[in-house]
Amino acid sequence: MNIVVCVKYVPDAQAERTFDSSDNTTDRANVDGLLSELDEYAVEEALQIVEAGEGEVTVLTVGPASAADAIKKSLQMGAHRGVHVDDDAIHGSDAIATSLVLAEAIKKIGADNPVDLVVTGMASTDGAMGVVPTMLAERLGLPAVTLASELEVDGGSATIRRDGDTSTQSITATLPALVSVTDQINEPRYPSFKGIMAAKKKPVEHWSLADLGVDASQVGLDAAWTRVETFTARPPRSQGEIVNDEGDGGQKLAAFLGEHKFV
Amino acid sequence: MPPIVLYLYVNVKYAPQAQRHEFEDTMFELSQDHEDLRALVRDFAEREVAPNIAKWDAAAYFPTDLVPKMGDLGLFGLVVPEELGGTAGEGGSDFTSLCVAIEELGRVDQSIGITLSAGVGLGINPILTYGNDEQKQRFLPDLVAGRALAGFGLTEPDGGSDAAASRTRATLEGDEWVINGSKAFITNSGTEITSVVTVTARTGTNADGSPQLSAILIPAGTPGLTVEPAYHKLGWHVSDTHGLSFDNCRVPAANLLGEPGQGFKQFLKTLDDGRIAISALALGCARACLELATDHAKTRVAFGRPIGANQGVSFQLADVEVMVEASRALTYKAAWLKDEHQAGRRSVGEVKQAAAVAKLYSTEAAVAATRIATQVFGGNGFMEEYPVARFYRDAKILEIGEGTSEIQRMVIARGLGLPA
Ligand SMILES: Cc1cc2nc3c(=O)[nH]c(=O)nc-3n(C[C@H](O)[C@H](O)[C@H](O)COP(=O)(O)OP(=O)(O)OC[C@H]3O[C@@H](n4cnc5c(N)ncnc54)[C@H](O)[C@@H]3O)c2cc1C
Repeated sequence: MNIVVCVKYVPDAQAERTFDSSDNTTDRANVDGLLSELDEYAVEEALQIVEAGEGEVTVLTVGPASAADAIKKSLQMGAHRGVHVDDDAIHGSDAIATSLVLAEAIKKIGADNPVDLVVTGMASTDGAMGVVPTMLAERLGLPAVTLASELEVDGGSATIRRDGDTSTQSITATLPALVSVTDQINEPRYPSFKGIMAAKKKPVEHWSLADLGVDASQVGLDAAWTRVETFTARPPRSQGEIVNDEGDGGQKLAAFLGEHKFV
Repeated sequence: MPPIVLYLYVNVKYAPQAQRHEFEDTMFELSQDHEDLRALVRDFAEREVAPNIAKWDAAAYFPTDLVPKMGDLGLFGLVVPEELGGTAGEGGSDFTSLCVAIEELGRVDQSIGITLSAGVGLGINPILTYGNDEQKQRFLPDLVAGRALAGFGLTEPDGGSDAAASRTRATLEGDEWVINGSKAFITNSGTEITSVVTVTARTGTNADGSPQLSAILIPAGTPGLTVEPAYHKLGWHVSDTHGLSFDNCRVPAANLLGEPGQGFKQFLKTLDDGRIAISALALGCARACLELATDHAKTRVAFGRPIGANQGVSFQLADVEVMVEASRALTYKAAWLKDEHQAGRRSVGEVKQAAAVAKLYSTEAAVAATRIATQVFGGNGFMEEYPVARFYRDAKILEIGEGTSEIQRMVIARGLGLPA
């Protein structure tokens, strides 16, 4: 089983995140970054699949030099090798361009050893659009089974459980396929000190757009279909309304909740 | 994050051993591996410990399940060589790695930090250093994996600082040791997964009349060993501490750890390492206080401006910053010396002195830092909802355990060549 996991390096959601005022893109320089927590589930799921059988997990990231940390963490968890696509022209790319770069990288990874399964998180914790997985599947011509809360890979197919509001679906796709996973699917492992040591010896390839045959004009801020025109910080939370209980506290609360359509 | 580089101009004039390094420039730094380990332990502590710790602390609950998770991270194996399941050795982890892990756990909670520190320093270390192959094979795999914990029983109800005055006795009857006496305040000695406690006991009298001490391995559940109910403590609520009593407790003669009569020397060396680890734990405490109190001073408003705009507050935090930097330098210098000693490049006397200096300074600084942090938090600092309250209660023991501040000063003065 040859699995590629797409991982993203994102600004720490715990930190104060903001935009870069020069071009209205996410400020990645002034905030500590990390492997998107939602992608840890994807790495874990891929590792469990190869550990139960055999195969190799390649982690793929598209991002600036600092994004190497997302690959490092994945390798420390147990992934076998990494691919880092880093090119100045990629800065400011939207989901469409990102999916193009990922698709070309996966094609290149699969050139010698065909890829059986692409696993992604359900969304990134920064952009949170959740559209890259399906765009990527479309570009690769793969069936996309998304938002998996359970994944079973068996011979030539992948079966997922997808929990909806009104029903739970079981969906099977033939391999090769793309699967995006939710945070319900597993409990991602922590790396270990042994993992830290082992990761240092694992191969990481660095590719540019030229290596992938992607023209710089197809990506980046100028090629983006959407752009952030302006941004305003969310106003600080206001004090809230204090209800004084003069024997009628319950009624006042009920009235408040009704008025705001909470009940 | 770039590796932290500590430049220290060390003046080691008073190393009591023959080998002295006068006015020498020393530079040491934490490696990328140390920093990667730090990131790992920080993440673990923030996700697994932080959300639960207030609840555990209020219930004085020892989280047994956390121990194997720490084992999976490899934390109990950081000073254990590969052939025994650890990662220590050339190109692997070292004593400095252990200090990094203790510091990061201690930054989130001191009880969890001491569980690792005592688990390795007092539990694993004596067996690793003095055990024979059979003893190591019997106990270490489970201890390294975090499936078991071990304790080290030195202190007695009648005295800890004067450890040579042990009243617990062990007599050899046939091929068994028969142990009678009691121990007080023994960390990790009564958990569900405690497998063994190393106990020091009088096994005879030396030529000069002083008691001859030996260390003996007493497996949990040995008949005649009673684990007393847990203490009701000021702090370290989440750490396991029990008294032990021995009533004709019998173990095989083969349970002697190391050489007979060498118990005193052996535990003194164990304590040197333990002191550096406690220094790392104290550093974690001071850092937590600095971070929490600085944030609070920036956001808490009084008289129309953040309280940190007053020098009465900000200067105190500046002092805590200095304490943290100094603790860090002393802790990692001592840890580095310990690793250098392990590699045969530094004398044991240098480690001993550095360990006492680091422990003394860092623990007293940690206590001062908790006092300042609670003050900056005002009334909230007295409330258990705020972690500074827990750190305030937890810090005091740092100045007492593994040798009180007075004992550290005695060791340091002796290192200066002053009459003992
Ligand atoms: C939570 C906790 C966990 C512990 N864990 C362990 C453990 O795992 N294993 C273990 O063996 N012990 C453990 N201890 C015991 C600890 O190491 C001792 O409490 C400590 O060494 C002090 O000994 P003592 O309590 O007998 O105090 P004492 O020795 O009675 O000292 C009382 C006071 O007198 C001072 N003093 C004594 N002699 C001198 C002197 N010559 N000059 C100046 N001042 C002096 C001391 O500094 C102290 O201030 C633990 C203690 C606690 C509270």
